[in-house]
Amino acid sequence: MTLLGIAFVVIALLSAAFVALGRSRAITIAGDDLSTLHSRPLYHGMFSGLWALIAGVVVLLTVSQIWSGWIDTGLMRDISQSAPEMSAIERELVLSDAKSMAQGNIASRSGELREDIAGKFQSADGTRVLISSVLAIGAAFVAGFFLFRKIDIGWRARNRTEALIRTLLLLCAAIAVLTTIGIVLSLIFETLSFFQSLGWRADKFLFGPVWSPLSGVHDGVLDADKVGAVPLFVGTLLITLIAMCVAVPVGLFSAIYLSDFASPRVRAWAKPLLEVLAGIPTVVYGFFAAITMAPALRGLGEALGLSVASESALAAGLVMGIMIIPFVSSLSDDVINAVPQSLRDGSYGLGATKAETMRQVVLPAALPGIVSAVLLGISRAVGETMIVVMAAGQGANLTINPLEAVTTVTVQIVMLITGDTEASTAAGPAFTLGFTLFCVTLALNIIALRIVRKYREAYD
Amino acid sequence: MVDMTKVSAHHASEASAQRLKKRHAAEVRLKAYGIAAIATACIALAALVWSVGGKAGGVLFEHYITLETPLPAEEFDPNGDGDPETLRKADYAGHVKDLVRATFPNVKDRRTRKQLNDLISVGASSELREYVMANPDLVGSDVTFSYVASDVVDLYLKGSFGTLKSQSPDGSLQIANDRKTVSVTSDTDDFAPVLAQVKADLSRSEARLTRQLALVNNGVAAFEKRLETAQTDEEKAAVEAEITARIAERDGLQAQIDELVRRAGASDEAETLKRSDPSVLLRLGDQWIKMTEIGPQGGVGTLLGAPIEDGAVEAGGWSYYLLDTPEASRKISDVQVSWVETLREAGAVDKKLNWRFLSASDSREPELAGILGATVGTFWTMLVTFVLAFPIGMLAAIYLEEFAPKNRLTDLIEVNINNLAAVPSIIFGLLGLSIVIGFFGVPRSAPLVGGIVLALMTLPTIIIASRASIAAVPPSIREAALGVGASQLQTSFHHVLPAALPGVLTGTIIGMARALGETAPLILIGMVAFIVNIPKGINDSATALPVLIFRWADFPERAFEAKTAAAICLLLVFLIFMNALAVFLRKQFERRW
Repeated sequence: MTLLGIAFVVIALLSAAFVALGRSRAITIAGDDLSTLHSRPLYHGMFSGLWALIAGVVVLLTVSQIWSGWIDTGLMRDISQSAPEMSAIERELVLSDAKSMAQGNIASRSGELREDIAGKFQSADGTRVLISSVLAIGAAFVAGFFLFRKIDIGWRARNRTEALIRTLLLLCAAIAVLTTIGIVLSLIFETLSFFQSLGWRADKFLFGPVWSPLSGVHDGVLDADKVGAVPLFVGTLLITLIAMCVAVPVGLFSAIYLSDFASPRVRAWAKPLLEVLAGIPTVVYGFFAAITMAPALRGLGEALGLSVASESALAAGLVMGIMIIPFVSSLSDDVINAVPQSLRDGSYGLGATKAETMRQVVLPAALPGIVSAVLLGISRAVGETMIVVMAAGQGANLTINPLEAVTTVTVQIVMLITGDTEASTAAGPAFTLGFTLFCVTLALNIIALRIVRKYREAYD
Repeated sequence: MVDMTKVSAHHASEASAQRLKKRHAAEVRLKAYGIAAIATACIALAALVWSVGGKAGGVLFEHYITLETPLPAEEFDPNGDGDPETLRKADYAGHVKDLVRATFPNVKDRRTRKQLNDLISVGASSELREYVMANPDLVGSDVTFSYVASDVVDLYLKGSFGTLKSQSPDGSLQIANDRKTVSVTSDTDDFAPVLAQVKADLSRSEARLTRQLALVNNGVAAFEKRLETAQTDEEKAAVEAEITARIAERDGLQAQIDELVRRAGASDEAETLKRSDPSVLLRLGDQWIKMTEIGPQGGVGTLLGAPIEDGAVEAGGWSYYLLDTPEASRKISDVQVSWVETLREAGAVDKKLNWRFLSASDSREPELAGILGATVGTFWTMLVTFVLAFPIGMLAAIYLEEFAPKNRLTDLIEVNINNLAAVPSIIFGLLGLSIVIGFFGVPRSAPLVGGIVLALMTLPTIIIASRASIAAVPPSIREAALGVGASQLQTSFHHVLPAALPGVLTGTIIGMARALGETAPLILIGMVAFIVNIPKGINDSATALPVLIFRWADFPERAFEAKTAAAICLLLVFLIFMNALAVFLRKQFERRW
């Protein structure tokens, strides 16, 4: 176990000790009659214990984190002093190699400079870990002890503890917001620096017809004429369209059948069966698309005299459609069931058949919900990664022929990030694509949720 | 007032009956569409399960080739002191190669020799090393050791390349050597059935050519039509040239077709066997001949093993085999087939339960690859995910349901959680890459990063499910607790939470099940690397089961297909188990108020 881990354990033990000590101290102070205490003894203990824990952990994380950034800056300065001819990327590589050498792992290359830096890193890092651990344990002790001393008959420990815990709960809830902020920030910075490297020609990215970002790289600078993402957008749309052509009719008709026509027995086994489709991991669908669907379509195409690419958009789209069936069907099922029975009864009373009621009364009433189900399905399809990574093509091919190979936004993100190119070069286009994807799916979701909300108001 | 006779006359009319029929037909149609839709979904599910399950069966067993292995002391332990270092450094790979070569001494040229070495997995020699190091006293004696067969041999033995069909000839065979080839003649039509099969293939290629001919003919007709409408002389000349070229092509095709028809019809004529034809292997005891040309009574072949003397072999002393899959479309060559069959005859081929798949780590060689490393990596990742997502999700849900005042901040949090649930998983991978790895400096490829990313991804699911289950606890419980003097916090933690816990756990398990199958974010944060070591903690480099499936599915070796399918089956078993647990929890502990 590392020293930092030990520090964590020590802090945890310390806080547990303060809980126990505080509790017994409160009991001692109260003497015979516990009811003279403002708060129950455990609250007294918990208040000092919790603060000890918080102080220790916060100090540990901040000090060690800030210090490690400081060490990195210092080492980078050393590297640039001893090897001024290196580019920024090379320097970072030297640093990461030195770090892995210091930790006893295998570095991509070794050398005098790297060993030198590794030695410096090792000693600096040792001091950092030691001092931040000591500081953190000290802070935990001081905070705990200070509050331990405060324990008294009138000390409002319960109110304070509860306020503290409530703040902690709020922090937990705020993590969702922090995640979103983190996503937006991480995407937007890379996107801006990518656009900056294009000379703020965002139109080259949004409307350019040639996508080959890594073929035109010179000294880490991208060729603005080769980052046109139109082929990716068209490919994504094509595959999404094929998927929705499968998922919408199948999902919608099964929802109609299950909600208004099927006997309870059929419903009891058909609904879980559809939900099983939703529970299968996408990597399994990808395997199915690549190993079973693509060869089957190829064989079918050969029999019909068509040439089908082995990574055709059709195979990926069909399988993605299967994956989306349960989303469309269960959401549509919900909204169809939510249409009040009185509407159906009114229609039956006028002599309409079940099918006519469905077509002319229930479906129009449920339409907003169905539209939002389809929108959510589209958002799924656009953001789906594994099926297309495994079954769709990798070359950016501007075509709308479903029998040819096309590539999608998600495939390109994966290829850029996992490729051999320098991370800093590939990150620009990858994160920009990610940002585009995030915006599109977010917009689809917001529109879908809006529609659902509006629709709910009409019937409740 | 409505004249009822008129109304009933209206309903009884022919037109009304027609209308009614139409309306009922529409009803039946809609129903049929619904049934068809559900059937489509079921068929898709069945196809998926069948295609995965059907392929996974191949992993159950693996094949071993058992060879009598001398362990000469001068080679393995020249000093005679049993020093482990000396034992470790001995040339096991070379020894195994020599051993296989000694089993089939007639192999001379380098290419065939390489094929011979390919019978046994490259990992077999290190297994021999481990065996010898574990039993150093065996050096100097002969041991019987089972070597793992290579992936192609394993696939062949499992029947993936078709099966060797034995034919039973009843004539006696005349053998005549002719420098490199051997001609064999039986005194009855023993080869007729195989010849008929080859001729049937000829008819099939003839049919294909005929289709092509029709296309070329259409082209000729089209150009002839264009010739009539051609205006200028140049245009005419160009079109005429086109027509001549196409007619030449057509005549060539026609000639080929005629030739094929003639050959297919001439049932006595000998046929040459190419690499794209089924293989015919002739066998006399230990000697194998690969036929390159066969007629009804015999043909010409090349020797695969030891030389044969001219002479006659009585009926029963020889046999021949047919392997339907052509040599060109399988990984194992005819000569390798003959070796494997010889070994099988000698009882040297064993089939064992494949524990290696569960107990080995990843490998580039399909026959050696296992899932243990990835499973352990998944375990660590899921542990981190659970430790982070469960408490945070539960506490956030408590806050939002029990404490949150109705203000803009909590509204923002709510909208956020709903939107976060629909963000594509790959975006979370980018988040992990830039924030967790880039900003906080957590090591790449570690289960720690994967766990954090998956925890952030599953949080919305857990929060939404937990909130629903907390909201389902009736207000009477809260009021009772508050009434006897509990604080709001005590009410939530002591009374509401225990009642809601089954629902919270169910939501967590469902969220974890989703995280278990998640692949894209883990690929982005580098858990896709080739890692042989089994991770010992959350900071070691690791990979995860779904990522392993993704990597294996990408490998060209066919043997990986079965492994991938089996890994998928294991993943699905985990998922089914988790979902069953969730259903059980819900059924067992959830209270309806």
